[in-house]
This record gives sequence, C-alpha cells and structure tokens, in this order.
Amino acid sequence: MNIDFMSKRVYALSASAVLFVASVVSLVVMNLEWGLDFTGGVLVEIGFDEAKDPGEVRVLVQEAGYQNAIVQNIGSERDIVIRVPPVEGVDQSVVGDEIYAMLAQNYSGTELLKSDYVGPAVGEDLTQQGALALLVALLLVMVYIMFRFTGKFALGAVFALVHDIVIVAGVFSIMRWTFDLPELAALLAVIGYSLNDTIVVSDRIRENFRAVKRGTSMDVINYSLNQTLGRTLVTSLTTLLVLLALLIAGGEQLFGFAIALTIGVIVGTYSSIYVAASSLLLLGIKSQELALPEKEGATATRS
Amino acid sequence: MADSRFVGQNIFGTQSTSRSKNRYPPWRYIVSLLVVVVAGLYALPNLFPPDYAIQIQTDNKKNSAGEPFNIGSGFIGQVVETIESNDVSVKAQEQIGEGALIRFHSEIERDQAKLLLEDWLNPEGQDRQFVVALNLADTTPKWVQSIGGRPMTLGLDLAGGIHFVLQVDMDTAIKNQMTDESEKVLDRLRAARIRYLPGQDVVTGQSITISFADAEVRDRAMSTLSEHYGLPDYELAKTQTLENPAVRLSITTARIKEMEDLAIEQNLEGLRNRVNELNVSEPLVQRLGRNRIVVDLPGVQDSSEAKRILDKFATLEFRLAAKPGDRPSELERFEYRGRMVEIQKEIIVEGKNVINATPGRDEHGLPQVNFTLDRPGGDRMHDVTKDNVDHDMAILFIEQKPIVTSEMVDGVRVESTRIEEERRLISVANIDSALSYNSRITGLSVRESKDLALFLRAGALAAPMYFVEERTVGASLGEENIQRGFTAVVIGFLLVLAFMLVYYKVFGFVANVALTLNLIIVIAVMSSIGATLTLPGIAGMVLTVGMAVDANVLIFSRIREELKVSKPWVAIPAGYDRAFRTILDANLTTLFVALILLFLGSGPIAGFAVTLSIGIVTSMFTAIFVSRGIVHLIYGRPNVEKVWI
Repeated sequence: MNIDFMSKRVYALSASAVLFVASVVSLVVMNLEWGLDFTGGVLVEIGFDEAKDPGEVRVLVQEAGYQNAIVQNIGSERDIVIRVPPVEGVDQSVVGDEIYAMLAQNYSGTELLKSDYVGPAVGEDLTQQGALALLVALLLVMVYIMFRFTGKFALGAVFALVHDIVIVAGVFSIMRWTFDLPELAALLAVIGYSLNDTIVVSDRIRENFRAVKRGTSMDVINYSLNQTLGRTLVTSLTTLLVLLALLIAGGEQLFGFAIALTIGVIVGTYSSIYVAASSLLLLGIKSQELALPEKEGATATRS
Repeated sequence: MADSRFVGQNIFGTQSTSRSKNRYPPWRYIVSLLVVVVAGLYALPNLFPPDYAIQIQTDNKKNSAGEPFNIGSGFIGQVVETIESNDVSVKAQEQIGEGALIRFHSEIERDQAKLLLEDWLNPEGQDRQFVVALNLADTTPKWVQSIGGRPMTLGLDLAGGIHFVLQVDMDTAIKNQMTDESEKVLDRLRAARIRYLPGQDVVTGQSITISFADAEVRDRAMSTLSEHYGLPDYELAKTQTLENPAVRLSITTARIKEMEDLAIEQNLEGLRNRVNELNVSEPLVQRLGRNRIVVDLPGVQDSSEAKRILDKFATLEFRLAAKPGDRPSELERFEYRGRMVEIQKEIIVEGKNVINATPGRDEHGLPQVNFTLDRPGGDRMHDVTKDNVDHDMAILFIEQKPIVTSEMVDGVRVESTRIEEERRLISVANIDSALSYNSRITGLSVRESKDLALFLRAGALAAPMYFVEERTVGASLGEENIQRGFTAVVIGFLLVLAFMLVYYKVFGFVANVALTLNLIIVIAVMSSIGATLTLPGIAGMVLTVGMAVDANVLIFSRIREELKVSKPWVAIPAGYDRAFRTILDANLTTLFVALILLFLGSGPIAGFAVTLSIGIVTSMFTAIFVSRGIVHLIYGRPNVEKVWI
C-alpha cells in the first residue's frame, strides 16, 4: 500500500478548516447546550407505570409553581424527565423532593428514578475545573512531546488536539446535544486518544527521518504514514467497536459520553495523519533536526 | 534490513539478542505467571454473588441495667429460631461488631424475614428498638478475605442511593466573626480613651475600618490595637477613608483557612455521628476540597427525610453547679461519672458562643482543654464566674438524636422519625479564677481532654452549611445501569476478541489472552485498592479494552513489516523491541491525560479516570510481558518458517 497522503493535504486541510471554522462559529453563536452539572438547577426523572403525556405532567408542575420547568419523555414513554433551570438567589435543594412528592400524590405507581440538584457554586467550580483540566492537559502534553521529540512535533500535536476538541465540541453545539460532566471526561479522553495516535505517527516519522537520508521531507512523511496506516486503522476500529457497544447497550446515561468519544476517535485518527503530519511540513521539518545525538547512539534500536 | 542485527533494549534492562540464540528469560515467565495468579485471586471476590442479608443493630433497646442492649450469640439464636419457626430458612448468621448479620438463600425469603423481624423486634407504636436494615453480604471465601480480597464497591449510580454535597457558608461565618471582633476593637479603644469618629459602619467584608479625627489619634489607636492584633490571624494597617485617617484591621487568609478547617472538621464529626445512626451500610462522609463535605448514603431513597436528619446535631450549655440555698425548682439532676450532680437551670453560655476548643498542655505539661468564647459569651462568662470562684461549673451536652417509631397504616408498616434531645454532663470543674474569652479546663487525663475538646467543638455552632449538590438514584435505575454497563462490557469485549482473531490469527489469539488478562488485572487492582465502580468507570473499562489492543497492534504490525525482510525468529523479537519505544511514548502521554483527569476531576470524571489510568498501565504490562511470553512459547523455536499473523 502506498498512498500519497501529503499531496492531498491542501484538500484535507481545507476540509479541516471549514469544519473548524463552522465549529468555532457555532460555539460562539450558539454556545454549548450546557447540562445540569455546569448550569446548576434541578433534574428529576420519574418512572410511571403507564405511558405518560409530558404535556399533562407539565401543567401539574407549572401549577406547583415551576413555570419555566421543561418536561419531556426520556428513554421510554413511561419515563418523564423534568428540568428546572436555576433561579438567582433561590435555594432549590428541595425542589426535586417537592416535585416528586406532588406527582406521587397525583398518580399512583410512580417511581423516583433519579433526582439531581446542583447548586450554582458547584456549577461554576466545575466549569473552572474543566477548563483548567483541558489547559493543563494540553500544556503538559506539549512539554512532554517537546522533550521527547522537538518543538515542531509538539506544535503539530497540539494543533491536532485543538482541532479535535473544537470539532467534537462543535458537533455537540450544532446538534444541541447536552454537554455535561461525562462529556467533558470524553473530551479529555479524546485528547489522550488522539495524542496516542499522533505520537505513534510522529515516532515513525522521526525514525524514518533518521534512517532514510534520501528523498524529500514529504516522501519520508508519506512513507511513514503508510507504514503506520494499518495500525492506526486497526486501533481506531477496535476502539470504535467498543464504543459501538457502549452506544447500543449503554443507554441514555452513557449516550453523550459514547457519541463524543466516537466523533473524537474518528476526527482524532484523521487529524493524526493530516493535521499533525501536515503541520510538520508546514513548519518545514528537516532530517538534520532529528539527527541522533552521539550519546544516544548506544541505546538506539539499530546498531 | 535483513542482515542487520537487532539488539533490543527495554525498560526491564535485559537485552534480547536474536538470530542464533533466541532466548526469553525464564524469570519473565515466572513474573507473568505470578501476576496471573495474584490478579486472579484478587479479582475472584467479584465472582461470588453476594447473599441477601438482614443486618440488625440496637437502637433504643435497653438491657435490664438500662444500658444499650448488647447483641450476642443468644439473641442471634433467638432471631434465627423466630425466622425458621415461620418456615423461612436461614443460610447463615454471624455477629459483626455490635450487630447481627443474617444471610438468606433468596431475596424473597429475605424480604419475608424482614417483615417478620420488624413485627417481632419493633412493636408498633413504640420507639424503634432495633434497626433492621436490608443488606447485601459479601460471600468472598475466608482465605481470600484473609489476603485482603474483596469485591469492588458499587457507586451510587449503580447501587442506588443519595449523594449530598454540603458547603460551609464561610461568608456568613467571617461576617459574624468580624462583627464580633469589631465590638471588641471599639471596646479597647474606649478603654484606652481613644476617640474614633462616631456612627460609622466599621465592618466591610473581611476587614474592619475605623476612622479618626486626625493622624495623631489614629497613630495612638494603631499602637493600642497592635498589642492585641497581629499576624498570623490579623493584619493591621494605616489607611485613609474619604477625609479621615483610619486604621484597617483585616483577617488573614491563613486565619480564614483555619476557621474553614475548624468548621469542616466540626461538621464532619457531626455528620459522621448522624450518618452512623442512620445505619446505612457503607456510608461515606468525606471532606471535598476546601470547604465542602460529601455524604454518600447507598440504598437510601427518601432524600427529604435524610436531609432532615442530617440537619442539626448538638449544642452545649455552661451552667453553675447547685449552690446552697438554691430552690429545688431551679435545679436539675444529671449523672456524672457515676454520681448524681445537681446543677442550676440558668444557662451562662451556650454552644453558639463557643468559637473553638482544643486539647493541649498546661505549663506543667498536664493535659487541659483550651476554649474560646465569642464576645457576648466571654463577657457573660466573666460576669458570672468572678462572683463564683471556687464554685463548680458544669457543661451540659445536648444531642439531637433521631428516634424512629413505626405504626401500621392500612396494613403497611410505616416508619416515622422524630428528633429527641439527649442531655448529659460532659464536664464538672472548679472555677479557679474569673473566666473570660479564653479559658481552660484542667485536671483531665489526655484522653479526657481530647474527648472533651471534641464534645465542645461538636456542640459549638459551626459555620452554617447548606446543600450545594444532591443526587438521588433510584434502586431500579441503579440495577438498570449495572445491567447496561455489564452488557456493554461483554459486547465490546467480544467484538474486539472476534476482530483480533480474524485479523491476526494466531497472534490475535495471543492478544486476546493478553486482553482478557488485562481486564482481570484491572478488576483485581480496582477491587484491592477499594476503588468504587461507577457507570463512567465501566465506560472507562470498556474503553480500556479498545485501547489496550493498541499495544498489541503496534507490535504485530511491526512484526508483519519485519517478516517481509527477515525470518520469523528475527522478526518477532525485533517487532517487540522496536515497538516498545512507541508504546511507552504513546501510553505515557495518555497516562498524563488520565492522571490530570483524576486530580482535577470529581465525580464521574474521577471514576472514569481511575479505570483508564489502571488500564493503561496494565495493558502495557500484558502486551509487552505476557503476550511476548506466549508468542515465544509458540514461535520461539529457531526453525519456524511460517507465522500466522
């Protein structure tokens, strides 16, 4: 197999740019559909013993004083989820109890499946922690790659990571999927995954730059990408297989997490080839930069 | 490439030279085997389904001497007899700590027995005599338990239950403290005849600002106050209000942190006591970050009831001991260290006036308790004690205990909880001299001083706490989550195994063995470190399966490449050795990210990060160590020509 990846990089990068810009625009204009963990508020899930019309329940909930409550079916027609957005200066820690008690009085055969209350302070903290986690992760990764490879590789890897995160978040923004803590965890896992891919590719590029003295940088990178292609695809495929299992069997609770990772794995696989490797070309990588220092020669894999 | 020699050097320090001598060091087999056995042992407890059980603990039942009833083997025997006489069979019974644990063969039998026992042990309309709680009992064999083997704990999202996060209201606490302090400051200035400008609102946020007519008065105030206030608790500085020179006294962040720690500690103690009384199996009360406390109550469903019980714990009353001439109607009798003590009904100081209490030593090295009162408390204490030197003072500890009673409503037993006060004396001590804001109680043993300080702190008014997060997961949703998680793991795992077998044939089989072992090690590690399994944790486990393949894939694709140019006995070790660096780099960086998740994340993020981190480390081990060993067993001979990869 010998695919000339790099000659098509203009198209790939254009596609990336379009997706990236679309994601950024959507994130700026529509923001993310932040979930309860970040916004604070109340979420109650109630199971009924028969199919229940959300409209009917909504009337009851609104009569109980929660005018802006959102009432929907979730999972099945018998399960209802009620969301009450946070209200400035009001202690909502009893809202869930009150709503459930009220509905249990009006209907027989109700069961409390889940009741969440998140105070505004917690939401703020989580948002800060999340942003911090993302930044620290990116920074540490960059330092590590700089140390293990070179600055150009580090830059290429970080470009790829930012590309992946923004696009996954962008899809969530465009699709109006709820973004909660598990989705944040998925986003950070995407960093880990995409990085893994990028490093494997970079490792091979470096190895070949050192071994193959002839040919242009583009040839070397192409050659390396072809060598690692099999592995890249197999790993992505197996990861996608288990994610498929999560999507099918994981249910409502894990859907966002699984879908975020699925998109992340696909975008991450692509970006390790096109974003990370093309950045190397863009940054003008030369084989001389990667020459082995004398001392390391003794421990190299090839003698 | 064909005629170069491969000298692989890896993290374990050994060199494997290939071509003529293709040896795989025996110690690696031994280590691999050892890990398999140990991991198997520690993962084992998860295979034993738990017994349906009932846990019985004494609540208000007293023995003939009026002390709390001790559950012993005689009592347990009676319980079992009662159950079996009603045709419900008991699997086993045992005494655990101060309670009894009765195991059953099925859930139905357990539930029948629970109804029987409730009727028999807790007559309706009375205070609850015993707590009869449903439980799942560990069935890990004794010998596995003896090496520390235990099943994974299920998180609330899987077991059902309530998760609370409470936060200390530090703003209110600081404001109270500063208001209190400002009065003391003004007092001191008055006492030193220093005139401050009247009618000012001195407290703003975390500081007190007092203005003066001119700089000279301000400087005098400064020097007076500096005798009382300084680091590390307070910072005193000259400043300027609109037109006047002023002094600003601000509380330091170090002091705020100290107050926070104290408040948290106090609330932790109170909450722990309360939660223990709720008698939930395996509750968790833990500090979270700077100013929060997590309370996890597995199995509890009624959150409003739980909140009510967790709300208020204890208070204190300082009172004088009876004096000659006191009328009996003014006195109360309490037992103290085996004798009856009469004390006055009049309260000198209450728990809300106590700011802090710590055990310590006096100048002779004898144990004592130091306690600090707020301004009104200190003033009042001074007024009363100065006239009562050489007299006894008592401290009464008043605890709010939840009492459960049950009654039959429409044929169904309904439990209700009321809060009852329990009052007891925790100290009776002689007043040596007039007391004030800072006082001490001497003549105690080390243990007594610690206990007393604990009681004083528990009874003091802690900074108020409020609920900032609350998550209730119903039992049925928990079960559904377990089911879904389990199915996802199984499907994902089987899909990967099948794919690997088809794609890599014999090597795929080897990878599958490594993958299976990897899953077992992850479960073993999680069980033995007592990690909690949550739904995101299961997701992490599934993802680990997908990603653990990667190390194997890296190795195999390397071997495939090498096979194009060299013989199997050269290509295989070369593949392993050359893939090693890549695997290390790739996994280390992913581990970084997982660890960041672990430290910065909470709740679902942490649960996911724990499994992911463990999975990364174990997958490296299984891919490099175990799979290589097996491959060597299969293809290690130098005359192998054909490799199924």
